[in-house]
Amino acid sequence: MSAKIVIGLDGTETGERALSFAKDLASRMEDCSLIVTYIIEWSPFTFQTAEENAQRHKRREQEIELATTRIVQPAVDSLKTAGFQVTGLVRHGDVAEALNKLAQENDATQIVVGRVSAAGFAKRVFGSSTQNLVMHASVPVTVVG
Amino acid sequence: MNIYQKTMLAVTTAFATASPVFAQEAPGLDQKINEAFASATGPFVSFIFASLPGTNFPWIVLWLVIAASIFTVYFGFVQFRFFAHAISLVKGDYSDPNDAGEVSHFQALATALSGTVGLGNIAGVAVAVGIGGPGATFWMILAGLLGMASKFTECTLGVKYRNENADGTVSGGPMYYMSKGFDELGLPGGKILAVLFAIFCILGAFGGGNMFQANQAHAQITAITGDYPGFITGIIFAVIVFAVIVGGIKSIANVTEKVVPFMGVMYVGAALIILILNFNMIGWAFGQIFAGAFTGLGVAGGMVGALIQGFKRAAFSNEAGVGSAAIAHSAVKTNEPITEGFVSLLEPLIDTVVICTMTALVIIISQQLLIDEATGNYLLNEAGSAIATVDGNSGVALTSAAFASGISWFPYVLAAAVILFAFSTMISWSYYGLKAWTYLFGEGQMTELVFKVIFCIFTVIGASASLGPVIDFSDAAIFAMAVVNILALYFLIKIVRKEFESYSARLKSGEIKKFTH
Repeated sequence: MSAKIVIGLDGTETGERALSFAKDLASRMEDCSLIVTYIIEWSPFTFQTAEENAQRHKRREQEIELATTRIVQPAVDSLKTAGFQVTGLVRHGDVAEALNKLAQENDATQIVVGRVSAAGFAKRVFGSSTQNLVMHASVPVTVVG
Repeated sequence: MNIYQKTMLAVTTAFATASPVFAQEAPGLDQKINEAFASATGPFVSFIFASLPGTNFPWIVLWLVIAASIFTVYFGFVQFRFFAHAISLVKGDYSDPNDAGEVSHFQALATALSGTVGLGNIAGVAVAVGIGGPGATFWMILAGLLGMASKFTECTLGVKYRNENADGTVSGGPMYYMSKGFDELGLPGGKILAVLFAIFCILGAFGGGNMFQANQAHAQITAITGDYPGFITGIIFAVIVFAVIVGGIKSIANVTEKVVPFMGVMYVGAALIILILNFNMIGWAFGQIFAGAFTGLGVAGGMVGALIQGFKRAAFSNEAGVGSAAIAHSAVKTNEPITEGFVSLLEPLIDTVVICTMTALVIIISQQLLIDEATGNYLLNEAGSAIATVDGNSGVALTSAAFASGISWFPYVLAAAVILFAFSTMISWSYYGLKAWTYLFGEGQMTELVFKVIFCIFTVIGASASLGPVIDFSDAAIFAMAVVNILALYFLIKIVRKEFESYSARLKSGEIKKFTH
């Protein structure tokens, strides 16, 4: 059976560790493809000024461009060089929800993410994205510390 | 003095003393500015707020209400039939998940609301109920419900004819649907209407959307701290506004945009608490509203007086038909312009039917308005121009006193709310004005900067001087927007109908369906 692993990057060191863990995992499997993702935290229920709204489309393109060139593409390139089957994706949304959805859409068999994504007060109230993902994911999740 | 000016006077005097700083320091200059401005703009102001012959009913109010009624009938009571669908759209049920990161229906609605919720809901309602009696509430709600159809019409067009600029930004609003829509129909004059609208929009932004707000915010602050020169408030406000609109300091705008909805919810929450504490009087209050709507219960002008006040304050509060909302709503991401129309019809509902009604109920239930025990009618004040109140309050002071009778410390929260609402209204209108400005003079950093700097200068002037005629003029400009806008809407209405019919057919057939999220 072919395996497909979704890797959630967050632009930090733990994300990098998640990446190398997934790499290690994939190299032990016969037929395994990787999907490197970066989710830009976004909610349709925030309050914005009229000017921000008018520029939103442009900003969104810029955000995707930035996440792709800075984070996702370098990872994809290095994995390709290492001989892996890999694609890169950038999405907007709630991190936990979007990762889970991506996994479902692509028939992924598991998700690998780093540990930390929120700190302090917000984390206490809402839990971290990682916690939410672990609780709600429809496929196994590996959290890399 | 026409009825509008009287109302303005009542609002202004209600805010303790708006310090005429100019007048104190240089009596001659302030007076000269006032006089010169008044004589130059007087005819325009009198024209916009002129009463219909033989009545004291301002024709501009009738213009707005008739348009709203026509749109309501023309679209088969869209505000009721598509109400549930509008809620569904706001919840994001029909939003394509691939559009995540774009402006959602909720965001467009929230942005537009923060531009309209403000002084009108707090001070304006007190004026309406204070002069027109509880019955004014009934007509206010009716006008709010009808106004939903006006918003629906203008916001659909706002999205349909917006400009999607090459750099990925969006510009929309009445000036775009006037010029493009008229061209599409092969009608002449679209461009002229657009230019006229843009001019009035700029004036409205400087005045009602800026000077008036700064002025009232200062009055509200001095009511708590004691009197001090207005230019201090003006400069502080101008610096903050400058930081946001020129410096792009998003954090300030972000904080405001988050605090304003919170304040709105808190305001409604406080009103609900007072209503719950006095639940045995709610039936009586509605009785007063219905009885007053048709008999006047002894208020000045009787039933017609109640009707005028209700219609007027609703129109002034929710801006339905003015065209400002069409600018705010146009940034939404959707392939169906009509969906934003549906969403926008919630705006007058929240602004007028919910928030304004809450204010009115609290004022009525707190029994701030004095009743003649013998007849059950309301007592008039000495001048006979308004209902006598417990401490002679009117305007925001009346609202404040009404809330204080239930929650003693609430006036402080209310003051904070008024200041924040004023600030967010200024940020919204700076954008509306800017869009009109760039429509006339072209987009470009320099032209935009010129507008923004002028805007901040007007903030200082608005807070420091009691430039009554200037404020009258700017309010007149906002309603002049409505004259041009509604005229254009009558011609463009069939385009909306086409969109409406196509969309509802596809919705019925199941071609348009909810996305699974």
